[in-house]
Amino acid sequence: MGKIGVILCACELEGVPLFNPEALGKNLRGDGGVLPFVYHPPVCSELGMEAIRAFLEENELDRVVVTCSKPELFGPTLKKALRQWGLNPSLSEVLGIGPALEGGREDDPQVGTERVLHAIEKGIDEVRRRSPSKEGQSPFIKRVMVIGGGIAGITASIDLGNAGYEVLLVDRLPSIGGRMLQLSETFPTLDCAQCTLTPKTVETGQHPQIRLITYSEIESVKGEVGNFSVKIRRKAAYVDWEKCTGCGLCQEKCPSKVFSEFERGIGPGKAIYTLSPQAVPNKPVINREVCRYFTKGKCRVCEKICPAGAIDYEQEDTFIEERVGAIIVAMGFDLFPKEEIGEYGYGDVPDVIDGLAFERLLSASGPTAIPKEVVFIQCVASRDPERYLPYCSRVCCMYTAKHARLYKHKVHDGHAYIFYMDIRSMGKGYEEFIQQGMEEGILYLRGRVSRLFRENGHIAVWGADTLTGKKVEIAADMVVLATAVIPSRGARELAEKLHIKTDEYDFLTEAQWKVHPVETAVEGIYLAGCAQGPKDIADTVAQGNAAASKVQVLFSQHRN
Amino acid sequence: MEYLYFPGCTLYTKAKNLDEAGRECARVLGFELRELSNWTCCGATFPLAKDNIMALAPPARILARAKQEGSTVTTLCSVCFNVIKRTNRLIQADVEAREKVNTFIEMDYEGDVQVLHYLEILKRDVGFDGLKTAVKRDLGGLKVAPFYGCMLLRPFEEMEFDDKEAPRIFEEFLEAITCEPVDYPYKIECCGAFQSVGAPEVATECAYAILSSALRSGAEAVTTTCPLCQFNIDSMQKEIREGHNDFPGIPILYFTQLLGLALGLPVEKLDFERNDVDPRPLLREKGLI
Repeated sequence: MGKIGVILCACELEGVPLFNPEALGKNLRGDGGVLPFVYHPPVCSELGMEAIRAFLEENELDRVVVTCSKPELFGPTLKKALRQWGLNPSLSEVLGIGPALEGGREDDPQVGTERVLHAIEKGIDEVRRRSPSKEGQSPFIKRVMVIGGGIAGITASIDLGNAGYEVLLVDRLPSIGGRMLQLSETFPTLDCAQCTLTPKTVETGQHPQIRLITYSEIESVKGEVGNFSVKIRRKAAYVDWEKCTGCGLCQEKCPSKVFSEFERGIGPGKAIYTLSPQAVPNKPVINREVCRYFTKGKCRVCEKICPAGAIDYEQEDTFIEERVGAIIVAMGFDLFPKEEIGEYGYGDVPDVIDGLAFERLLSASGPTAIPKEVVFIQCVASRDPERYLPYCSRVCCMYTAKHARLYKHKVHDGHAYIFYMDIRSMGKGYEEFIQQGMEEGILYLRGRVSRLFRENGHIAVWGADTLTGKKVEIAADMVVLATAVIPSRGARELAEKLHIKTDEYDFLTEAQWKVHPVETAVEGIYLAGCAQGPKDIADTVAQGNAAASKVQVLFSQHRN
Repeated sequence: MEYLYFPGCTLYTKAKNLDEAGRECARVLGFELRELSNWTCCGATFPLAKDNIMALAPPARILARAKQEGSTVTTLCSVCFNVIKRTNRLIQADVEAREKVNTFIEMDYEGDVQVLHYLEILKRDVGFDGLKTAVKRDLGGLKVAPFYGCMLLRPFEEMEFDDKEAPRIFEEFLEAITCEPVDYPYKIECCGAFQSVGAPEVATECAYAILSSALRSGAEAVTTTCPLCQFNIDSMQKEIREGHNDFPGIPILYFTQLLGLALGLPVEKLDFERNDVDPRPLLREKGLI
């Protein structure tokens, strides 16, 4: 095995006098297998890259540790270059010495030097530890896995499928469509979400290049760009999807009536269910938590009724292993649970619902209620750094205006009140949409609601109108909370499996927000949609397209 | 079990009905309230200005003296509890304030006395299950609206008393002593506090909102831990009626009076004659006295 080169970027000298680069060099020189570092102009510059190449060539090095102040940016660049130079990129490590110098003292550079030395040695050990990867021998796999079958994942899958690549689309729900399928109509055009989306879900389902792996979760991920090995848990549906024809008889006859999660807990569902009549794939699953047979041991109605004999109570989770060259993570979002918001009754006040539940009420296919006084509260848990989350959820101003407008369109004698902090409507046609809503008679009240409670058959809403300086009390029939957009359940666990980073709220972190918004710090893994942070549909679709084109760029660089 | 007891001024005068019942109940429940041997007024308000160190001297002195006699100090009055607990926290956390206060009171106190409200003793040390078994007189599901007011709870992060938006300790207490707690939205609102001195019309409106809400929710009585709340929602009911002639009135009981009733204390020990709205007709009607 050859020696390992260590290179210190000139930028890192900013850390002097917290450490002593000369002493660093001497100490590294002591180790037989390691060639001492050389100074360079910033390694990321053209000159720097050329110097690295010369250094490696001159000393016949095949492995290298580089320190750089922005390792997440330079890492992928170096790996690409190494591959071009005919070296194995996995036998390199880029690290920043900044963290090692934190809390260091200028009058005692020795401590800083030791810490930097330790950091570099850890990098060296890491490179040593890695067995020579099979890259170079095994072909670069031009197959993609998309995790999450919402509008982001669907968009990316169709693009990649159309480009001729094989796509595996994984979703943990029984069918694809994601959150958008729950929406009624979408801003700012007020076109029907299902009408926009269903053609795409159907296209995805029928696409010869796309394979759906629904009701499945990622178990583990190994390998690297060009050759990821992903283990997937296929959850037991208790229905043999090969035999099932999707006739829907089982759902009709199932005696276990429950509140449907898809209907956001306000509409009816069954223990054996598909998410919607247009589900793709149109195959049901049994929720064993509520199924009468699984909970009480008696029933088996679905088994008796199924004309295809597809019900299988003995089914167990199975595991499959798939190899892909790139992964797009598009696992979407959840809403901040209203059960955690004390001032609005910890979810215990009837008819206080969240935005997605109101979408279901507005939706032609959802449940129905006709409230006459509806209060909408924006920024619930968003923009509240003291108590909940500091960030803006970006979509609530628009969807609340949409809710109020659609409500007024349907209930002509109804009143809609919106409590807001600011109205954020930057987007094509967005401000006009808000203005139109105001003209249609939505009452905007600038202020917060301090409490909700049930009184005299109504929901008493106590709020403040800060523009008039008055306390406002409204006896409402329904209150809709625009709760914060938060990462989907399990986001951090999935990120850990993929070795990608998450931020303090568990949103997935891109390689760099401005210039690498779709890439992650791991080459070959890309992001799309709300898994990265709150986004509207237009931005989500754009990022789905972007992630797909990034994968195509990656694949086109490899000719097997 | 023994706790140092800081009664506070009001409990020696106007709120004897809160104090005496509390002491009697402790005896019945088997814990001792040992009154601090040397105490002063708590100061009655926690200073709002950060540099008002002077106002910390009385509560700090009380705590420093308590330290010489024991480790846990308890109060019945919400205001005293608020002032003493917050002072204790400040002395623990703020070294500069601690040094100044210590210099001023010429004592050395580091904030290492535990401050508990009587309700917390009932919950943590006696236990509400234990309390249930000690009940001698079944109150028959008397519908009582608990009024927390502000001082037990606010500021939330300093008091750490119970859930900030939907506290339950009072309800659990009422359930343990066979009352039926009434849920109503005003239970953690302000009673009007000292506005009853300078702007009584403001305080009476606060009290009216609280009591009429409790009545709407079916309450037969309201209970409180705080002499100031008691003044505003009990003593001011005459004034409320002047502005709202349909207001029927409702008895206000200190929680220790209800506790004493449930523990079977003789009625003369519970000082019901001190309550402005006489609760005895209601209690008689319910066959409780």
